[in-house]
Amino acid sequence: MSATVTAFLQATVRTATPLLFAGLGETLAEQSGVINVGLEGIIIAGAFGAVAGASAGGVATGFLAAAASGAAIAAVFAVFAAMLRSDQIIAGTAVTLFGLGITGTLYRWEFGPAGAALTIPTMRPLAVPGLDRIPVLGPALFDQPLIAYAAYVLVPLVWWWTYRTYGGLALRAVGENPDAARVAGIAVRRVQFSAIMAGGVLGGISGGTLVLAQVGTFAEGMSAGRGFIAIAIVALGRWNPAGTAAAAVIFGAASALQFLFQAMGWHAPYQLFLAFPYALTLAALAFAGSARQGGAPAALGRARI
Amino acid sequence: MRGSGAAGHQDALVQKMGLMVTEPASVTHALSAFWRGSLGSEYAIVSATLVRATPLILTGLAVATAFRAGVLNIGAEGQFLAGATAATVFAGLASAWPPVAQSAIALPLALCGGAAAGAAWSGVAAWLRQRFGVLEVISTIMLNFIAAEAVAYLVRGPLQEPSHVYPQTPSLPAGLHLAKLVPHSRLHIGFALAVISAVGAWWMIRETASGFRLRATGANPLAAASAGQIDVRGATLRAFLVSGAIAGLAGGIEVTGATYALYENISPGYGYTAIAVALLANLDPLAVIASGVFFGALEAGAAGMQRDAGVPSVVVSAVEAAIILAILAAAASRSRWLSHRGRWLHRRPVPPRGAEGRVA
Repeated sequence: MSATVTAFLQATVRTATPLLFAGLGETLAEQSGVINVGLEGIIIAGAFGAVAGASAGGVATGFLAAAASGAAIAAVFAVFAAMLRSDQIIAGTAVTLFGLGITGTLYRWEFGPAGAALTIPTMRPLAVPGLDRIPVLGPALFDQPLIAYAAYVLVPLVWWWTYRTYGGLALRAVGENPDAARVAGIAVRRVQFSAIMAGGVLGGISGGTLVLAQVGTFAEGMSAGRGFIAIAIVALGRWNPAGTAAAAVIFGAASALQFLFQAMGWHAPYQLFLAFPYALTLAALAFAGSARQGGAPAALGRARI
Repeated sequence: MRGSGAAGHQDALVQKMGLMVTEPASVTHALSAFWRGSLGSEYAIVSATLVRATPLILTGLAVATAFRAGVLNIGAEGQFLAGATAATVFAGLASAWPPVAQSAIALPLALCGGAAAGAAWSGVAAWLRQRFGVLEVISTIMLNFIAAEAVAYLVRGPLQEPSHVYPQTPSLPAGLHLAKLVPHSRLHIGFALAVISAVGAWWMIRETASGFRLRATGANPLAAASAGQIDVRGATLRAFLVSGAIAGLAGGIEVTGATYALYENISPGYGYTAIAVALLANLDPLAVIASGVFFGALEAGAAGMQRDAGVPSVVVSAVEAAIILAILAAAASRSRWLSHRGRWLHRRPVPPRGAEGRVA
């Protein structure tokens, strides 16, 4: 029984890791008042970049290429959202379409319409000596690939930066009231541009994690809505990095449920499990909306100068 | 083998890209394949471009109607699937009827069922927005994924064809096929229905009071409620439902006019292309007809290019995204010229004739 629970928790952390990276990036962007629906395109670009980088120079190059690809797609969005003041939702949708289209094109061009199987080096789990001996939780939390530990560290780091530094204060000021922030001498566009770019780097790493720490290959559309789920996670976590982490774990657990059910011998159509995270996203957003405790940056989504 | 094989592919990719530049012949070859597949012959225009344009006009119309009301419905894809599924089920109930009854009664009912299912699917997003304040951009996308999984389950489960070999529903009998618009072609009367719907939506939005309420709600909900005494909540709900119904109708028409069966990838992303269709048409229902045909030609040409020249057809979605971004950039520079500070989507509504005194 405890082995089943451990496997379930391990799968939870594994699924939560990419969501956490993407969610932290989106938290930064949304705290600057920009909702980036292009996150899905950023993640798939990161995944494709990871495959290209890792096949050329190993796992570390893969992550660098993933971050760079995510940043490149984010730069397109940033030009439209932060510089041209276009409608953020439409620009984001276009960026997502662009990311899915360009990666699909390059992939099919490369491997033909069927898409040949492609295996690249992946990051092996690395146990933390001592900590992995903790019963049940130990193996789940501390027998993970290196990138998961990076995610653990990133949560308090982003929290500290947002709430305890001048840069973080400027970021939140822009998201709450860009006009007041401008009067206070903050370069609003530069702050938003940087926040979107940071979100792009983290979104790219999210896609890289999918490829380099989990699947070990690329598939068209493999981001499978994670970008949109990450946006839901940010709302559920009340635009707070710690809340984002908690919400990511909830979603990881929801996706990992299928392993638990299989282990317990329950049978249900597998499409039900595949659809479950999407339905949970709707339920989570409805819950976050009905709670109405505030927390959303006041200027979120506004294209106003 | 690890890594090295993929690196080899990487080099091949660079080579192929190099070929595009250094050998104009391969570009010419690809472009001529594009031309032959889209507009190069009467057959290509009628049986490829216009058949492709039919679902694009309807889903584009669905998106345009919603956007005009300030409803960012990205869910035409899921509503299309809901409509296609419902039409398949309704038509399937009549598969043993005499052909006359099939085409006279069952077929129209199947299309209505498709529209109703599309409206119900977008109604979920409307309910989530109005009851819980859930952003419809995210809810409609989630509903797209759920609809796709539901179709994947149905065509392998309860709705699978009797031999249980292929993941699709049984083919509809001939009595349940939409009539041909052009004899001996693939073009069905669904294209005419799409054009009629677009003209109808244009008239409705331009000339009727409910069309004005829709535009006013989209332009500025607060002003519409306070100055125009408009029931913004009701107008928004109706925009959701009408938009979903049009997308659902598109699904029903696709099943009864083009594919004759439901299967997993029945929509190659029509609901997403629809956003580009609607934006290129500047959200004008009449212009949606032209931009739908334009994107139909683009997709038909891309299919031809993949068939004859080996260029992946998914390149179209990157082109579509580039078109959307170009429209946004053009709108941004235009609004700068006019020093217009509002949202580009929100146009100032012109009251319908005869309504000026009442509203203003």
